[in-house]
Order: sequence, then C-alpha cells, then structure tokens
Amino acid sequence: MDFLTLLQVLDTSVRLATPLLLACLAGLYSERSGVVDIGLEGKMLAAAFFAAAFAYYSGNAWVGLLAGIGASIILAVIHGLASVTFRGNQLISGVAINFLAAGMTVLAAQSWFRQGGRTPPLEGAARFNPIELPFAIGPTDAEAAGRPLSQLIAEAGPLQQFYSELISGHSILVYLALLTVPFTWWLLFRTRFGLRLRAVGENPAAVDTAGVSVVWLRYAAVLICGVLCGVAGAYLSSALQAGFVKDMTAGRGFIALAALIFAKWRPVYALWACLLFGLFQALELRPDIIENVSGIKVQVQLLGALPYILTVVILAGFVGKAIPPRASGEPYVKER
Amino acid sequence: MTAPAIELKGISKAFGPVQANKDISISVQPGTIHGIIGENGAGKSTLMSILYGFYKADAGEIFIKGQKTPIPDSQAAISAGIGMVFQHFKLVENFTVLENIILGAEDGAMLNTSLGNARRELKHLADEYGLNVDPDAVIENLSVGHQQRVEILKALYRKAEILILDEPTGVLTPAEADQLFRILDRLREEGKTIILITHKLREIMEYTDTVSVMRRGQMTATVKTKETSPEELAELMVGRKVLLRVDKKPAEPGVTILDVQGLRVVDDAGVERVKGIDLNVRAGEIVGIAGVAGNGQSELLEVLGGYAEGTGTILVNGEPIPLSGHGADGQARRATGVSHVPEDRQREGLIMEFSAWENTVFGYHLEPEIQNGVLMDNKAIYEDAEAKMERFDVRPPDPKLAAKNFSGGNQQKIVLAREIERNPDLLLIGQPTRGVDIGAIEFIHQQIVNLRDQGKAILLVSVELDEIMSLSDRIAVMFDGHIMGERDPALTNEKELGLLMAGITDTSAVAGNGGNDTTEQEVHADG
Repeated sequence: MDFLTLLQVLDTSVRLATPLLLACLAGLYSERSGVVDIGLEGKMLAAAFFAAAFAYYSGNAWVGLLAGIGASIILAVIHGLASVTFRGNQLISGVAINFLAAGMTVLAAQSWFRQGGRTPPLEGAARFNPIELPFAIGPTDAEAAGRPLSQLIAEAGPLQQFYSELISGHSILVYLALLTVPFTWWLLFRTRFGLRLRAVGENPAAVDTAGVSVVWLRYAAVLICGVLCGVAGAYLSSALQAGFVKDMTAGRGFIALAALIFAKWRPVYALWACLLFGLFQALELRPDIIENVSGIKVQVQLLGALPYILTVVILAGFVGKAIPPRASGEPYVKER
Repeated sequence: MTAPAIELKGISKAFGPVQANKDISISVQPGTIHGIIGENGAGKSTLMSILYGFYKADAGEIFIKGQKTPIPDSQAAISAGIGMVFQHFKLVENFTVLENIILGAEDGAMLNTSLGNARRELKHLADEYGLNVDPDAVIENLSVGHQQRVEILKALYRKAEILILDEPTGVLTPAEADQLFRILDRLREEGKTIILITHKLREIMEYTDTVSVMRRGQMTATVKTKETSPEELAELMVGRKVLLRVDKKPAEPGVTILDVQGLRVVDDAGVERVKGIDLNVRAGEIVGIAGVAGNGQSELLEVLGGYAEGTGTILVNGEPIPLSGHGADGQARRATGVSHVPEDRQREGLIMEFSAWENTVFGYHLEPEIQNGVLMDNKAIYEDAEAKMERFDVRPPDPKLAAKNFSGGNQQKIVLAREIERNPDLLLIGQPTRGVDIGAIEFIHQQIVNLRDQGKAILLVSVELDEIMSLSDRIAVMFDGHIMGERDPALTNEKELGLLMAGITDTSAVAGNGGNDTTEQEVHADG
C-alpha cells in the first residue's frame, strides 16, 4: 500500500469518525451526569431527517443544522422528562426514542417528499461542502491548472499530500467536532460546571446536600447531549451524504456508545476510540486494501462487527477496567 | 439569656399515611452539644433533614438566632449557617478532598482559583480545629474517620455555625470516636452549636449538655444530661422499662463444633483479607469477633457461610468442609448444620421485593417437606411463616407484606427465625443488631443466648463493641486479617479491645490517655 492510499483511507476514517465522535461526546455528557442514553441513535436519525428536509426547503445547510439540533433537543427533553423528572427507566425511554425516530422520520419523509421515505438530494449551499485550508491543493487549484485534483496531489511532496488529503478538505462540522474534544475536556475538568456535572454522575446526593440542583444539572447534560446528537445527525445527511435515507444512522449511535465504554468516559480517549472505529468503517468500504496488505481475504461484516467485539473484550476486563460513572442509570431519589 | 441558636416550633411532617414528625418544638442554646436520641424510625433524621432543607415540613416554623428563617432547600440551610454530616457520607468517592470541599461552594466559574483559595482556607481550618486531612487525597483511599473529617470540613468551609451530626460514631473505632469528640469539644469552645443524633446512650451521657428524646415522631422530653440517667433515657425512648444488659448464665462449653486452622482469603481484587487465622467455637458458647469494619471479619463469615472461597482447613463437627469448588456453597453448608445470618440482611439475607413468607424459606426451599421436586407446597410454607412470625414477634405479623416494608429490626427477626428454627449446630451471625431499635435488640440478643443455652455454637461478628462485650463468652479481635488476641469479656475492657482493634498487641498500659497517639498513627498508616 502506498502512502497516498493510506492517506485516503485515513481521510475516509476521519469523515466516518466524525458522527461517531459527536454522538460519543453527547453520550459522555449524558452519562457523566448519571443519565444513560441509548437513544443517541434515534436523536441522530431525527436530526438527520429534519436537517435534510429544512436544508432542502431553505437551500441553506445552516438552517438545516438548526432544525436538526431542534429535533434532537425535543427528543432529548422527552428523555429528560422520562428519566430525570419522572425517574423512569432510562433504557426503556431510550429504546422508545429510537423506535419513535425510526418510524417518524420515514413517515414524515414519505408524506412530505413522496420519494419512498427519503429526502430529495441536497445540492450546493444546502450541503456542508469541503473547506479548503490555506496552502492546500484543492478543487480551485485543479480548476486553475485544468487537470484532475487527484493528479495534482499525486505529484506533490509527502508533506503537502498529508496536508491536502488528510488535514484539508473536510466540511466545517468535522473541524467543529474535533474542537469539541478539547473543549469538553476543559469544561469537564477545569470549570465549576464540569466539577458539578462529574459529581452528579458519581453521587447525586453529594451535589444535592451541597445545595446544588441535581435536576437542573442533569437537564443541562441531557440538553448538551441533544445539541451534539443534532450536529451529528445533520452531518450525516448534509455533509457526509447529500440527503436523508431511511435508517441512515445504521447503528452509529450504538457504536458511539461502544466507543464511550472503550474510552472509559474520557473525552480525549473518546477521540481515539472514534477514530479507530472510523478506520474500521473506512476499511469496510475498501476490503481490497486489507487483502493486498495481509494477503488474507477478510469478510467486511467482520470489520463491521469489530467495534462491538472490542467493546465486549473491554467490558470483560481484558484491557483494564472500564468503570462507568457510579450513579449512571439510576434516577435520583432523595433519601435521609 | 441569649437567643437560642435554633428554635423549631410545631414542626410536622408526614410521608403518606406515616406521621414522621408530629408537632415538634425544640430549642438549642448556642455553644452547646445537644443530643437527640430515639429508636430507628422515631423521626430524628427526618427532623434534621427538615432543618437542613432536605425535606419540607408540612407545618411549623424555624428560627435561627431568633430570626424566623424559612428553609426550603439545602442552599438556604447552608446560607443560614447550618452544616450537616450525614450518617452515610455525601462524598464523591473518586474526587479529591479539595474537590469535595468546594463542590457547590466554588468561588467562580473556573476551578483553579476555587481550588487555590480552598487549599489556603483548609490549612487554616486544619490548624484551628486540629482537622488534618491531605487535601489531594482521593476520598476512596481515606479511612472512614478521615472521610468524616472531610464532611466536617465541608461544613466549616461553608461557615457553618450549627453542625448536625447523624449517628457519627457508627463506623468509627473507639479511638477515632474519641478524636471526633475532641474535635466537637473544640468546636463547642469556639462557640459553634452541635446537634448530635445517636442511639448510643453512652455518647449522650458522656458528651452532651442537653438531650431530647424522640419516640414515634414526637418529642417526649428534653432534659439536662447531668440530671438524667441511661435507664431513664431508655425508658423514654422505648416507652417501657428496658433491660440494657444481656441477661445470661455463664457458658457451659461442650465439644468443639467449629475448628478453623490457617484460613486465608483473597478477595476479587487479589488483596489478601484473611491472613492465616486459627479459631474454634465450642458447643454452648458464643465467640465474638470484634474489629473495625473491613479487617477481614466479613470475608471470614463469607467463607464459613460458603459464598466466598478460601484456603486452609475448616472442620465442622470434626469433619473437614470444602473451601473452594464443589461443595463450597451455602446449600452444602446448611446440610452440614451451619446456619448463617449475614451481615447485610437487605442484600444477602432477604429479597426485599419478595413477601415475608417467601423470605422465610430461602435456602431451605429444597427441603422435602415443602416441595416434591417440581412444585412447592406454598400453603405449608405460608402457614409455617405465620407461625414463625408469631414466635419471633415480627410486626406487623403479615406474611404477605414485602420484606422492604418491615423495619430493620423486624427484617432481622425474619432472617433469624428462618436460620435459627432449622436447628443448626453452628450459627454464624453478622451485625445482628445493625439498624435495629433498642426494643428489638433486647429480643434478638435473648434469642441468641437461648440458642447458646440449647448447646449450639455461635460465632458472632459485630462492629458494636458493647454488643460483643455483653453477648460473647470469648472475644477474638481481628485487625488487618489477623486475630490479634482472644480475651475473656469478664477480664477485659473497652480500652484494651480498642487497642487490639487498632493492631496494638501491647496492651499492658491500657489505663490513661497514652495509647491514643499510637492509635492515631496506626489509623493513618491504614488509610
């Protein structure tokens, strides 16, 4: 495998890791506050649909993004009501949200667009298009030279190849997702809000007796989770792909949960876990590469299953212990 | 006379049909230690939770320093200068001491400044009150005594003038408890007001200035401590005369029933918890294991009861029993005549969601008289449960009620009834009266003594030294997985046992205060 092919695979990994990363961080906020959320998948799916629909109507990807975030937040509030206010079972609420989103999106898409449960393809400003970073070789250079972009990149030096192929040329949401990682770390470990958020996921009674509202903190976390899932969904339908199709999240919400466990609920580890799982997905698209490199023909389904297999290995304790926040999944009930 | 630090007027609180507090009025003078004593469920904790804004009273008023102060939430209580140390600490286990202290009382949105200020303030408080704790230690690595100091520091950091402590000594060694009371004395000298909730009459008599007694949600009396006696307080608490001492004849030990030789137990984390102990219990005697929680007593009981594995030799009635693999389970142990009343009755002794009659048969559900291989004879079990509950005075005597709806003492009676009535040769019993009220303690102790008088062997594990001393015919003290020594309860005292519990075997100088400093170091080393 040559250097450029490697870069191409990594480039695809980053694109595919982005929705995982956003969803994983969404889950991180939620679970760090003590609210387990298996409804990441549903929130992403709803966001993907509404983002695509509104982007299509308005011709503006940002309008779509806001609509996607809005849809995701509505589902997040439902989850918050069920699990924080009414102290219900968080798993059941999450499952319900997944079912709701799976059915509702297709139904709405069919009723609005009559294209078999999908939105019309998004074009131009209705999508988040790749950004060309300064000094990178991109489509504008290709146009100016009148030659295909791939040729220009193939002729460049390795550093320029690395910069142009891997670093440059992603949509704004990819960079945003990557910046969310240090921001989350800073918020969790350097601010008052972060201290309280971590505390409420470990021992809500300590937060309550310290005179801080457990309910408010958990809602804040659930809402942040909604925003991030909204961005992840909008990215799927208006950046990674051009339009919404039925069940387009394809289990990414669950892979994100697996990545969260893999990352031991830490933001920087979450980045590495999502990039790794993104790489598996990228290789799933290019099984020929593995065959060329290793000489073994690998079933693509095996690659799809790898994130789950790795998570089981982690959970079984083979690679150190993954200890979830102690109060996660438990509604807070005052006791003496 | 100055205005009272706290005055409660006509406080009432109901949880559904249960009236937890009924028209309670109380007035606490500043600069005093005020004790509140009462049985479990008497409403002490509810009252204090109302004062701390954890619950909202249905009726009544709160006055702080003469000012009417509504306390709708904990934030308001903290602003009014009230701090509370709960029985179960409200600490975030994987946070540092400093992080726990600033939680909810940060100086701004950024942590660094808060942590810096708190570090300085903490040093100041440590010097002033002798409350030394490493600010960067993680809570779960601290001893219980130090965790409690963190709770006190939390309150002082929030400028508390009134400190409420709920059953503070339940988890402490005698030496740690002494230190706590020295700190409380110091706080009182500084003019702080302390409310001490406890069920231990000795602490009330020794350390408080005034004492209020609660019974069934009502305040039955408030008296000066100097003018009362333990007997009077006990009677006020229970509403009838109570026997504070266990009434028993000298033991008449027979053959050895349990013989433990060189037992070692390694826990799931790979830590050796029991480090080669020898112990025997004869028929017709009660052997008490004293020790601070977490020194290997629980693991000893678990191996004997058959739900943890160990190495070494254990003989029951002269026959070796397997300590691991096949035959090392509760079922096999019961077959050899060993019954077990586990330490944590709510997790190991009962299934809380199941009804009392179902709970009376767990572990014995394979007995041929109540099942035929496929079907259980529920009618027989139910009738048997009814009879047992009557004999053990379980209240309410309703076998259909779920275990979780009984009080701690009545839950324990259900477990005891199940285990004792199978007529075991050896009864293992852990923390028999934890969370059990005085009236029920008397009954449970009497049952244990009766069983001994029938010639059964009893191994008792308890962290309550008073209980060990009054029930046992022989006392073994455990520290750090070893048995530090055996003592005759008639020939020892609390000081000597306290030293052994802290791992000090040189108990020749048990009189005076000399031993305490050494104990402090041991506790440090342990933490």
